[in-house]
Amino acid sequence: MTQAAQGTTRGRPAKTSSRRTAGPAQVWAGRVPRVLRGTSRARWSGWLFVLPALAMYGFFVLKPLLTTFQYTLYRWDGIGPSQWAGLDNYRTVLTDPDLLEIILHAFVLIVFFSFVPVALGLLVASLIHRVTRGPLGTAARTVLFLPQVIPLVAAGIAWSWVLSTTGMVNQVLNAVGLGRYSRAWLGEFDTALPAVGVIGAWVLLGLCTILLVTGISKIDPALYEAARIDGAGSVREFFAVTLPSLRREIGICLTVTVIAALASFDIVYISTSGGPGTATTVPGLEIYRLAFAQRQVGLASALAVVLMLLVLVCVLPIQRLSREGK
Amino acid sequence: MYEGMTGRTTPPPCRGFRRARVIPAVAVPLALLAAACSAPGSGDTDSASGDSAVSTSLGKGKVTLRMYAETGFPLAKALADEFTRQHPNVTFKVREDQFTVLVENAPRVLAGDNAPDVIRLPTMVDLVKDGLLKNLDPYVKAYGWDKFPASQLAQLRVDKNGQRGSGPLYGTGLGYSVTGVFFNKDLAKKVGMTRPPTTVAEFEGLLAKAKKDGVQPIVQFNKNTAGINFPYQALQNQFADPARVNDWVFQKPGATFDTPASVKAAQTIEKWAKAGYFTKDANAMDYTTMVGDFTKGRGLFMFNGDWESANLDTKMPGNVGFFLFPAETATGRLVAMSSPNTFGIGARAKHPNEAAFFLNWLHTDPKARKILVDVGGSSPGGPAGLAVPEAKEGSVLASTLRASQQLAAENGAVDFTANATGSIFASAITPELQKLVVGQQTPEGYVKAVQKEYEKELSQ
Repeated sequence: MTQAAQGTTRGRPAKTSSRRTAGPAQVWAGRVPRVLRGTSRARWSGWLFVLPALAMYGFFVLKPLLTTFQYTLYRWDGIGPSQWAGLDNYRTVLTDPDLLEIILHAFVLIVFFSFVPVALGLLVASLIHRVTRGPLGTAARTVLFLPQVIPLVAAGIAWSWVLSTTGMVNQVLNAVGLGRYSRAWLGEFDTALPAVGVIGAWVLLGLCTILLVTGISKIDPALYEAARIDGAGSVREFFAVTLPSLRREIGICLTVTVIAALASFDIVYISTSGGPGTATTVPGLEIYRLAFAQRQVGLASALAVVLMLLVLVCVLPIQRLSREGK
Repeated sequence: MYEGMTGRTTPPPCRGFRRARVIPAVAVPLALLAAACSAPGSGDTDSASGDSAVSTSLGKGKVTLRMYAETGFPLAKALADEFTRQHPNVTFKVREDQFTVLVENAPRVLAGDNAPDVIRLPTMVDLVKDGLLKNLDPYVKAYGWDKFPASQLAQLRVDKNGQRGSGPLYGTGLGYSVTGVFFNKDLAKKVGMTRPPTTVAEFEGLLAKAKKDGVQPIVQFNKNTAGINFPYQALQNQFADPARVNDWVFQKPGATFDTPASVKAAQTIEKWAKAGYFTKDANAMDYTTMVGDFTKGRGLFMFNGDWESANLDTKMPGNVGFFLFPAETATGRLVAMSSPNTFGIGARAKHPNEAAFFLNWLHTDPKARKILVDVGGSSPGGPAGLAVPEAKEGSVLASTLRASQQLAAENGAVDFTANATGSIFASAITPELQKLVVGQQTPEGYVKAVQKEYEKELSQ
């Protein structure tokens, strides 16, 4: 998606064609060294430079992807002989009520992983950008970005302490006389999924804020000046200048966080392991369970492919919307 | 990367190009699939390399045994160290993982080129079906393991239909564990418990008394994996012939979980949960937290196994006791979950003879047996005639060892229902029990859900 922007030179489409198309794969391919911009003169030598990256990409991204597709068509325990299953695995994924419920959980998480961090991020960014230059701004940005640096596993463990029966949240509730609301947040059916969502929101808020702050700092100050001269207050200023100018950044925030929500694994695995019952089981966790605990590699792969398609279905419209009107 | 993404001066990509990207995305995989890759798993499956002659001699050559054990249990390492001390030409390369990780990794590790010689085994039926484990029958003959009490190794036999309980032997135990109820002696005194209960009803009376006196009756974990399956199965074992539970675990044809005894056990658990005998946050309590809370005196009872005995003796010396879960009537037969701390030999192991020598040694060597008791906390097993090393009188370790012998004498050992299939515990027992204790599942619904998952897994 973003390669499209990188690979163009002054409006001409690039000649290189190592385009990425797959959902989760995008994240990985971002680590492949940037492809050189092609010109007709350097076409062949260009390919030569691309070759190492392309080979790595092919071997570590495309080949596993294709193997996954292949596995979906079999019943296989990962070791012994496999049996041809045709599209049975896909049929199971799309009809098993348990699996559908699990997919639904991922969509609930989008609210927490995407909407909350982006909304809060916008608020925080527009406040912070007024103090971006001083040491205070640096401090604020560092603090906000910190959750992004902490490994998700550590965040998951820390939060499961905070949310436990004797954890900080309940201590605070007890201290202010709301003890009757205290509970095992991650252990109760009604609160477990939102509680996991809160952890995700905390992790992703920093990323969104930093992207949005960067975006705001690129907005031409003249626009704000003009708005002020026209008598706009800070709310009006936000909706008339800041928000429209941040369309692309918001698009990127949404893309990254929606992928994080749909493909979530670490936080859930650490904080709840999908429980209680199946209240917080998400597709990423179920794929892992199916493949490694239940040893149904075919079904796990089919769920993975469906998940990848879901990610694409959710992310492509966001990409489109955030680009239009330019 | 993000800067490139946010560059506002970059023009939008050409539309035609974008569409063009989609075509290879679909076409390439299909084309490659059409190019007929061979079916997965059709490569070298049955590649048992250990066709070397069976020998009971260790030899003098230098040997490194690969061992794959469970994290958090120092027993395997302690035995390996002692073995090397006695036989310096044999050293160990020990790899450890958490049990769930080990369960998930075992098939791949065993199928790999560096297959472990000695491996802690999860449920073994799938591994046997895939030809990943060594048939130990030749060693049974060579070492005389047929003189061990038959019930000791029955769980570790798998016949050619994939049923456990009979057929060739595929593992032995690093100790043979027993489960029951640990209790806090101070709290027991407080609620007036003078001796271990002798009937289920008496046990329930103690729970009610504790609740009334403001003592938490049971601390039991139920997060990640269902710890409440310990009390559940303890009840289930008493309400019908425990052989039926074993049949179900061993996948005997026609065996079912859907019995009146299972329902009655589920009703009892539901009743206990409603009465507040478990902690309110049981579904958020993991194993480590449970043991920690119990040692801190936050509960009267804890259902657990003798693998914690040594630890509890250190953490709460003199203040912890143990009893086997009582039968329905005072004269009823004692039944408890008991299973070997199973270790087997990989079919592709490079040193199967040395591995078997090690397994035989730890059942018979006096030093090894002492380590099994002191470090492992469990009965060392082995030939019926060998004396069990003594534990310190008054310690909970001494109680669990006595319980173990008592159970063996009454032939009351049953396997864990969690071991019935590879994922019955994770896929059905755990989530459904978590629902049962908060009233989101009925006792009948619980029993049916477990049986349904069992049938689903057996049909695969």
